[in-house]
Amino acid sequence: MKKRRLVQGNEACAQGGLYAGCDFYAGYPITPATEILEIMAREMPRQGRVFIQMEDEIASISAIIGAAWAGAKTMTATSGPGFSLMQEGIGYAAITETPCVIVDSQRWGPSTGQPTKTSQADLMQARWGTHGDHPVIVLTASGVRDTFEMTVEAFNFAERYRVPVILLLDEVLSHLREDIYWPEPGELEVIDREPPSSPEAFAPFGGHGFLPLGGGKRFNVTGMAHDKQGFVARGAQAAAGLRALMERIEGQTMTMARYSEEIPDDAETLIVAYGITVRAARRAVQLLAAEGLVAGLLELRTLWPFPAELLRGAIQGGQIKRVLVPELNLGQLVLEVERILAGQVPVARLGRVDGYLITPEQIAEAITEQAGPSAESKRQRRAAHATS
Amino acid sequence: MPRVESYLRGEELPHVWCAGCGNGTIVRELIQAVDQLGWSKDEVAVIGGIGCSGRTPFILDFNTMHTTHGRALAFATGVKLARPELHVVVASGDGDASGIGGNHFIHACRRNIDLTLLVFNNGLYGQTGGQLAPTTPMGARTATTRTGNIDPPFDIAQLALAAGASFVARTTTFDNQDQEMKRFIQLALAHRGFSLVEVLCQCPTYFGRMNGLGDPHEMLFHLRDETLPLEELPEVLHRWEEQVRAQTVSLEQAKGMLPEELAGKILTGIFCNEDRPEYTQSYQELQQSLQTHDKQEKAGVA
Repeated sequence: MKKRRLVQGNEACAQGGLYAGCDFYAGYPITPATEILEIMAREMPRQGRVFIQMEDEIASISAIIGAAWAGAKTMTATSGPGFSLMQEGIGYAAITETPCVIVDSQRWGPSTGQPTKTSQADLMQARWGTHGDHPVIVLTASGVRDTFEMTVEAFNFAERYRVPVILLLDEVLSHLREDIYWPEPGELEVIDREPPSSPEAFAPFGGHGFLPLGGGKRFNVTGMAHDKQGFVARGAQAAAGLRALMERIEGQTMTMARYSEEIPDDAETLIVAYGITVRAARRAVQLLAAEGLVAGLLELRTLWPFPAELLRGAIQGGQIKRVLVPELNLGQLVLEVERILAGQVPVARLGRVDGYLITPEQIAEAITEQAGPSAESKRQRRAAHATS
Repeated sequence: MPRVESYLRGEELPHVWCAGCGNGTIVRELIQAVDQLGWSKDEVAVIGGIGCSGRTPFILDFNTMHTTHGRALAFATGVKLARPELHVVVASGDGDASGIGGNHFIHACRRNIDLTLLVFNNGLYGQTGGQLAPTTPMGARTATTRTGNIDPPFDIAQLALAAGASFVARTTTFDNQDQEMKRFIQLALAHRGFSLVEVLCQCPTYFGRMNGLGDPHEMLFHLRDETLPLEELPEVLHRWEEQVRAQTVSLEQAKGMLPEELAGKILTGIFCNEDRPEYTQSYQELQQSLQTHDKQEKAGVA
């Protein structure tokens, strides 16, 4: 019998981190991510792991990067205002190829905004929040079990690709309670960074494997443009290093694409959704079906690098006539969808920014409207037929 | 000095520091202190911030990390907690430690975590061209205080004391004949807890030039003349220090006890060297007590 537990999104995230082997957590209290901090504070010391509450979010991310270079699997969690402070450290982690996990439970608006209201408006910040070209992986989840699994996946990607991985949750998912199957040890794959073939052969950057500070080879880590040994690089050498770093992540875009495709063969409408909004989209598909309009759903769990190939594949064949991107912001992921589909099919936006979730009815309505009078009359004819 | 050279990364030399800069003196004393303690290079980590002093990690053949501006102590906190067996030394400038990194500075002192912080205090931001720092003396000219500074400066050693550091010392790059700096650094390295050695050092390129202080030698003489060893303090001041620290006299009373001759002098010496609970040790004890508690609880339930 598989064990079931009623847990909150934030608890699934914290427990997912522990499951993945997180042995160093540094953080700072912030709504709506605080429960992750509190659970880690309770669990980590008794499990022989390290927890520290730092003086702010800049210190938190700096501490996890330091700990990662001392050999630990590390994580921190925050929300918008703290995520803004962490951008400096995220850039450092990106250029120093530091494996670490940063959870951002999104809340409404810039600055203090509305701390207890939900949002999906940190999507572009997660990709481009720190200055300069840099690689980053951004994941998300739409349910409590999914949050557990994607936290484990975030660690796996961080370890495998030596890159900071950002997991985007939101206020509602963080506080949502669901009865889930609790992952057994060994049920989910857990990946650890690989040691180098030998300490002598190890180069800290642009190569394979990982050796911590104090691990038997003395090297330098720096946020300056650097060569493979961690010494300053300039010009063409700096450019080559940056290109290789980007390629290592973007070259694996489809390998790390996590998604679910629920697209019937006769679907004429495609909803591209992510995070908490997926739940409303899935229900909207049912509402539309009841009215005779066939829609499909593409749920993205990997947001960056954006799986363009996947999206192109979903509209191949010409069956899909329109795409809707519902999200809790004024239009962020939709920009990427529009860019990739480049006029092949009309792409519509549905944004909600009053701090509440997009409802299934709003999505269904937006699609009906987008489908135009023909679909509307078709829907009415079918509805009339069904009642007659 | 072949011993010193053996601790330097030849490929990173010559270093980026200007002729006459005081930073090299501090690095040399750090190397000698480590060497005399008999520590192997593998068990030492040197973590720097941003600025002239932040370049220290590049040239030293230890486990090194050059971090972001002001955050070296936060990175070092992560390194130390994850790998307590490493001896972790942090190299910061005065701007790095008390300006942009001021928050991390006071909190590292407060935790009393076993890190050794060397502050290379040249009184301004050198790497960006000599701008005002939180340590720039009143009246001093910098690139952003052309007519003289009106911002009262921080006293870094006093700041560390107030914040809870358990070892605090201040010295200068001048007259190192009695090897005071090396002694202080050695004591700081061996100390279990947060240790600060603030070193007043010369920046002839900016501070010296903008304030008409002459060449590096003349700047060193200025350091000599502007500082006063704690040992030479009048007895009354020692009492005042003790009383203020023990909070047994009102500030009003203490004010009246300040001797005139101290005006404008900077105190040097060891301000504090106390044995207090160290953070990584306290954390390990917490881990153990929770694990024991859980084990007992489990046995009790069974």
